[in-house]
Amino acid sequence: MKNELTIRIAGEAGQGMQTIGAVLCRAFISAGLNVFANQDYMSRIRGGNNFFQLRVCSKPVHAPRRRADIIVALDKASVELHRPALAAGGLLVADAKKYGLAAGTAGFADVPLYALAAQAAGAELFMNSVACGFLTGATCTDFRHAESAIRRAFEGKPAEIISKNIAAAKAGYDFSLQQADCRSFAPGAAGGEALLLDGNGAMALAAIKSGCKFYSAYPMSPSTGLMETMSQYAEQFGIAVEQAEDEIAAVNMAIGASFAGARAMTATSGGGFALMTEGISLAAMTETPVVIADMQRPAPATGFPTRTEQADLDFALHAGHGEFARAVFTPGTPEQAFALTAKAFDTAERYQIPVFILSDQHLAESYRSVRLSDLNMPPVKRYALTGKIAPDYKRYALNDTGISPRALPGLADCVVYADSDEHTEEGHITEDAAVRAAMVRKRFHLKMAALARETEKPQAVGVENADIVLVGFGSTYDVMREAAESARTIKTGFIHLSQVWPFPAQEMEALLKNAKKAVTVENNAAGQLARLIRRETGIKLAGSILKFDGRPFDLEYLVEALETGRLQ
Amino acid sequence: MNPEDFDTGDPIAWCPGCGNFGILNAVKTALAQSGRPPSQILLVSGIGQAAKLPHYVNCNCFNGLHGRALPAAAGAKIANRELTVVVATGDGDCYGEGGNHFIHNIRRNLDITVIVHDNQIYGLTKGQASPTTDQGHITKIQSAGVILEPLRPLELAIAMGASFAARGFSGDTEHLAGLIVKGMSHKGFALIDVLQPCVSFNKVNTYQWYSKRVYKLDSSYNPADRIAAFAKACELGDRIPLGVIYETAKETYEEKSGLDKRPPLVGADILNVDINPALKDFAVTAE
Repeated sequence: MKNELTIRIAGEAGQGMQTIGAVLCRAFISAGLNVFANQDYMSRIRGGNNFFQLRVCSKPVHAPRRRADIIVALDKASVELHRPALAAGGLLVADAKKYGLAAGTAGFADVPLYALAAQAAGAELFMNSVACGFLTGATCTDFRHAESAIRRAFEGKPAEIISKNIAAAKAGYDFSLQQADCRSFAPGAAGGEALLLDGNGAMALAAIKSGCKFYSAYPMSPSTGLMETMSQYAEQFGIAVEQAEDEIAAVNMAIGASFAGARAMTATSGGGFALMTEGISLAAMTETPVVIADMQRPAPATGFPTRTEQADLDFALHAGHGEFARAVFTPGTPEQAFALTAKAFDTAERYQIPVFILSDQHLAESYRSVRLSDLNMPPVKRYALTGKIAPDYKRYALNDTGISPRALPGLADCVVYADSDEHTEEGHITEDAAVRAAMVRKRFHLKMAALARETEKPQAVGVENADIVLVGFGSTYDVMREAAESARTIKTGFIHLSQVWPFPAQEMEALLKNAKKAVTVENNAAGQLARLIRRETGIKLAGSILKFDGRPFDLEYLVEALETGRLQ
Repeated sequence: MNPEDFDTGDPIAWCPGCGNFGILNAVKTALAQSGRPPSQILLVSGIGQAAKLPHYVNCNCFNGLHGRALPAAAGAKIANRELTVVVATGDGDCYGEGGNHFIHNIRRNLDITVIVHDNQIYGLTKGQASPTTDQGHITKIQSAGVILEPLRPLELAIAMGASFAARGFSGDTEHLAGLIVKGMSHKGFALIDVLQPCVSFNKVNTYQWYSKRVYKLDSSYNPADRIAAFAKACELGDRIPLGVIYETAKETYEEKSGLDKRPPLVGADILNVDINPALKDFAVTAE
């Protein structure tokens, strides 16, 4: 009996792995379990080989495992491609007749996915629902959970489509009941309500709640999911979602909208972020709030469009020409993505600066069961002037805080000048040296000093007396946490940074100075965080555990690296 | 309002005799005629000599990046459709660096007015060819003469389906002010390409050069005929027509998107957004 199970569904793009993956996630949550699901897919619409992997457990789970207890191959190629990922004693499901495999051979369980689909639903294309039903039965999950999840997934589709998918799933479920040897999974149920959420979804919900009224972007994986969700709720929440002609337009439109007083956001991935850098500098110079998310993917250039990496850290810290204040948030979980997106909107508006959220494909597109009580943000506040304004109003008035009162054009009864040239307090072009120096102090020194006081504190767990301390930012949070919990031979603590700029140097120094050994865990090749820590604290860590093959860390990879002491 | 109400005290940084002065006067005259108070007007510009214009006009101003006036203007207009948005841009800003935004904002058809100071040369960077510089024009960079064919803004705009395309001349402020008024009252993207001498760097297309060629379209011309308008837009040699070359009624972005039926987005209560209905879509209850 196991209380945890990893299931992988593999096949060609277009075979519906994502659809049944989501159905299974909902079915398991409905059965009272926790899920973590990640997607591994190629940059193509049909063909190739993709998989959807779910980890199901009675306890909360946060990171992917390397091996799966059950692998369902929806096509022949998947059988041998994924066999190496099968856990000891695991079950590889294949359709012997359809794939032309000799039935009765050891090494796989023959489930006639395609024939059952044709029989039960009239067409082979329903084989993914057969697989879904089979997995429901094989995990001792009541069929009603799968049925209601299917109804929900196909909501709005013709009744016939829904009933055929349910019939196909039922056929798979009934077939599984004849395979008593599959039924080794019996977790205790966690219960309660949960949200099935990925990082993109969490960010969209937080943006909406934070009063985002303008979202412009150019579609780019893996940020497109956020744009889709914003678009889905645009009408309901009165948000303008505009597909821009390019990322340059996307960021400049967001800045224009924000200048006029709408809370504005854009998101992209590295290549689009590169195009936005000129606009980032404009937001800083004109002191216009804007929230910009970079869902990182492997680069340089087009890289791996659908895979994951954390290599834009240096880029986000420096994006944009010139010197100006910025904040860079690096959430590690959907819950943090929710809270920090809210903080990004607040920070952007309060300090009138561009604020960045660094996510990545792994965080953006991995689903988990999230408790509603873990989605938190403080009440939304506004920091702008409307209505009657003093006649001597100056948009860039100099003061001790660096933050000038921001009147909204059209909503205030004054006129507002904003300028990308160096400008006077009134916002007019100037070449004056003293004004220039004062404006740089305002935009950079004063704002940075204030921002630094509000940096999110690094989260440190089990750091005291640890043999080794893992240090990471962004999406490595969960895998560090689980690795620290499960490393047996070496006492492991971890530190997670959910904000890397302004860098929490004092806190990091205090945490690291007594550490026996500390290493960074990064999904990049350069160890960018290790370099940043050294630059900001002077502390040179013992090394880094790096992964730059475009795939996320899995728990076993990190635990092995820890236990073998393999560092880069 | 009078044109003088739109004066600012900001010292003007253009060369004496620059065509921009005529355009500035026309803009102030047109804004005064619009009846809109300065606090309800937003002038957006990019970078170039033209882009300095908003600093000399008493109304809201967003002086953004080179080539990026249109996206900033589009964002501001979508955020607050009650703002009167006018873009002051140049041939380099709008047709060169910002060419992609020009094309796509014609498609977007927001209710904004775009005034392109078209002096067929780069002024701010001191005399290089612009997208509208004629072939053969010799500059310090194009020392053997420009070899690229010039971009033809009105033909492009009409081909793209712009609902208002006009040509003015900085030497005829009164006529130009009339065109700007028409552009501002037109519902949708209104392009006004303004021929303008650059006294410092364009020794070919001078005030005299333009004056000899331009003529005003009279009431016998029908700007609603798109094919005739295209032919008229092609007239860009010895004779250059001034006036509204093409105008048609077309659904605006605001109408197509439903923005016109909502209060401006900037007026929304953002302090109390209730996302519970959205959270329900993500929720799964354990049964």
